[in-house]
Amino acid sequence: MSPDPMLADIASASQRPAPVVSAETPLRVEGLSHAFGPRKVLQNIEFSVERGDFTVLLGLNGAGKSTLFALITRLYHNRTGRILIFGEDIRRNPSAALKRMGVVFQQPTLDLDLSVEQNLFYHASLHGLSRRVAEPRIAAELARVGLASRRRDKVRQLSGGQRRRVELARALVHAPELLLLDEPTVGLDIESRYFLLEHVRHLCREQGLGVLWATHLIDEAAEDAKVIILHKGRILAQGAVPEVTRAAGATHLKGAFEQLIRTAGEGEQLP
Amino acid sequence: MTVGQYVICLNGVVRREALRWFNQRGRFISALVRPLVWLVIFAAGFHFVLGVSIIPPYETYIPYEVYIAPGLVAMIQLFNGMQSSLSMVYDREMGSMKTLLISPFPRWYLLLAKLLAGVAVSVVQSYIFLAIAWFWEIEPPLSGYLAVLPALILSGLMLGALGLVLSSFIRQLENFAGVMNFVIFPMFFTSSALYPLWRVQEASLPLYWLCQINPFTHATELIRFALYDKFNATSAAVLVAYTIVFMIVAVIGYDPARGLMARRAGAE
Repeated sequence: MSPDPMLADIASASQRPAPVVSAETPLRVEGLSHAFGPRKVLQNIEFSVERGDFTVLLGLNGAGKSTLFALITRLYHNRTGRILIFGEDIRRNPSAALKRMGVVFQQPTLDLDLSVEQNLFYHASLHGLSRRVAEPRIAAELARVGLASRRRDKVRQLSGGQRRRVELARALVHAPELLLLDEPTVGLDIESRYFLLEHVRHLCREQGLGVLWATHLIDEAAEDAKVIILHKGRILAQGAVPEVTRAAGATHLKGAFEQLIRTAGEGEQLP
Repeated sequence: MTVGQYVICLNGVVRREALRWFNQRGRFISALVRPLVWLVIFAAGFHFVLGVSIIPPYETYIPYEVYIAPGLVAMIQLFNGMQSSLSMVYDREMGSMKTLLISPFPRWYLLLAKLLAGVAVSVVQSYIFLAIAWFWEIEPPLSGYLAVLPALILSGLMLGALGLVLSSFIRQLENFAGVMNFVIFPMFFTSSALYPLWRVQEASLPLYWLCQINPFTHATELIRFALYDKFNATSAAVLVAYTIVFMIVAVIGYDPARGLMARRAGAE
C-alpha cells in the first residue's frame, strides 16, 4: 500500500515548527533565557554537546554557569527555550532525561558521616539500582579513581581531592552518557586537578561520553576541546578551541578570551 | 521506572536516614532523655497538683504520669518531624539535597520517601520510650502496643509533612531556633498533651478552640485512645486531612517551577 500523501503532509508540517533534534545528541540547549526577578542571568543561550565532546563552559564568576547547570539538572524550571537530553525535553519528561545524566556539583554533596560505599549505594538507590547491580559498578568506578581501598572509610577522613574523586565515581555509577561538572577543580591541588581532568577526558575519548565542564580556569580547555565562552549571561563565542582563538584574532585562548570580553564592553581582570 | 525500582529507592532513602540517625548518638540519646525528663521529673512534681477525673479512654482514676505519657510519645514524634525538617535544611545548605533532587524519580515520591524514612525512625523511638515508661507504671494493655502502631504512623506522617512544609520555607539553618519557639512549644502547650481539654475550657474558651484545631492535640488523642484499644475517629480524620494539606504544600514548596527553591535562588 502506498503511503497516504495527506498523512505525509501532516507529518512534515508537524515537524516544521521545532527543528528535529537527534535522539543521539546528549545535550541540546535552545533559546534559553532566565531571570531572577528583574535581573537577567542568562540570555538566549544556544549550544549542543555531542557524543565524545569535551566541552568547556568558560566564564568568570557570576557569568551564569551555575544557573545554567541548575536549569539543565532541573533544580529550577526553564521558563523559556528548550533543554533536550538525548532528544527528551527536561520539562516534559524529566525522568528520562535525568536517568542518562551524571552530575558533579560545585558544592560538595557527600554525606561526611557515611562511608564512601554507603554514599555510593545511596546514590545508586536514587537511580533505582539494586545492591546486586550496583555493587560491581561501585567497585569498578572506585578502582578507576584509585580509591578501592578506601571504600569503607568515612568520607570525613578523605582529603578534598579524594572527595572530589568519590563524587566523580558517584556521578558515573548509573552509567550516564552525559556528564555535567560545575567547577569540579575548585579548591583542589595541582595533582588532583590534573587527575580529574585527565580522567574525564579519558572517559570522553574511550566511552564517547558527552561532557560539559564548567570552569573559570582557561588552561582547562585543551586544544582538542570545544569551548563555550559565557559572559554576563550571553555566549560570546563557541566552537573548537583553535577556531575560537583564530576568529578572535588571537594566538592562544587566553588572548581570545580577553579580547572577546573587552569587545563585550568590559575590561575586567582575569584570574 | 518499575515498581521494583521505586521500592529500591525508598529502601535507599530509609537506610540513609537510619544510618545517619545511628551515627548521631547525641541526637538519639537526647530524643529519649527529653520525654523521660518530663515523665520522671515534671509528672512527679504535678502528681498531687493535678487531679485527673475519669475521662475516655480511661475507665478509672489515673495518676498524672499515665495521663501525660501519650502526649510525650507525640512529643517524640513532633521533635522527630522537626528534626527531619532540620536535616532537609541542612541537606540543602550542604548541597546533598541536590543529589536527591536530580534523581529520575518524581519529586513527590522523593519527598514521600524522605517522609516515610523519618516516620520509621520516630516509630522506633516511640516504642523504646514506651518500653522504658513501663517501669514507671505506664502499663497499657499489651494489645494497645500493637493498636498504637497505625496511630504512630499517621501522627508521624502528619508531623513529618509539617516539617517538610517548614523546611521549604526556612531559608537557613539558624532559623531553626525560631521553629523551636514558634512551632514546637506553642503546639505542645496548646494541646491535650499536658492537661485535659475540659480543664482548658474552664479557664479560657478561645484557648480551648485553639487546642481543638491544633493537629498536635489530635495526634496525642489518637495515640492515647489507641494505647487503650480504642479508636478516636474524629482525631484520625483530622490527622488525615492535615497530612494531605501539608503534603500538598510541601510538594508545591519543592516544585522547581513554583516553589521557593526557584525564588530563593534570586537572593543568592
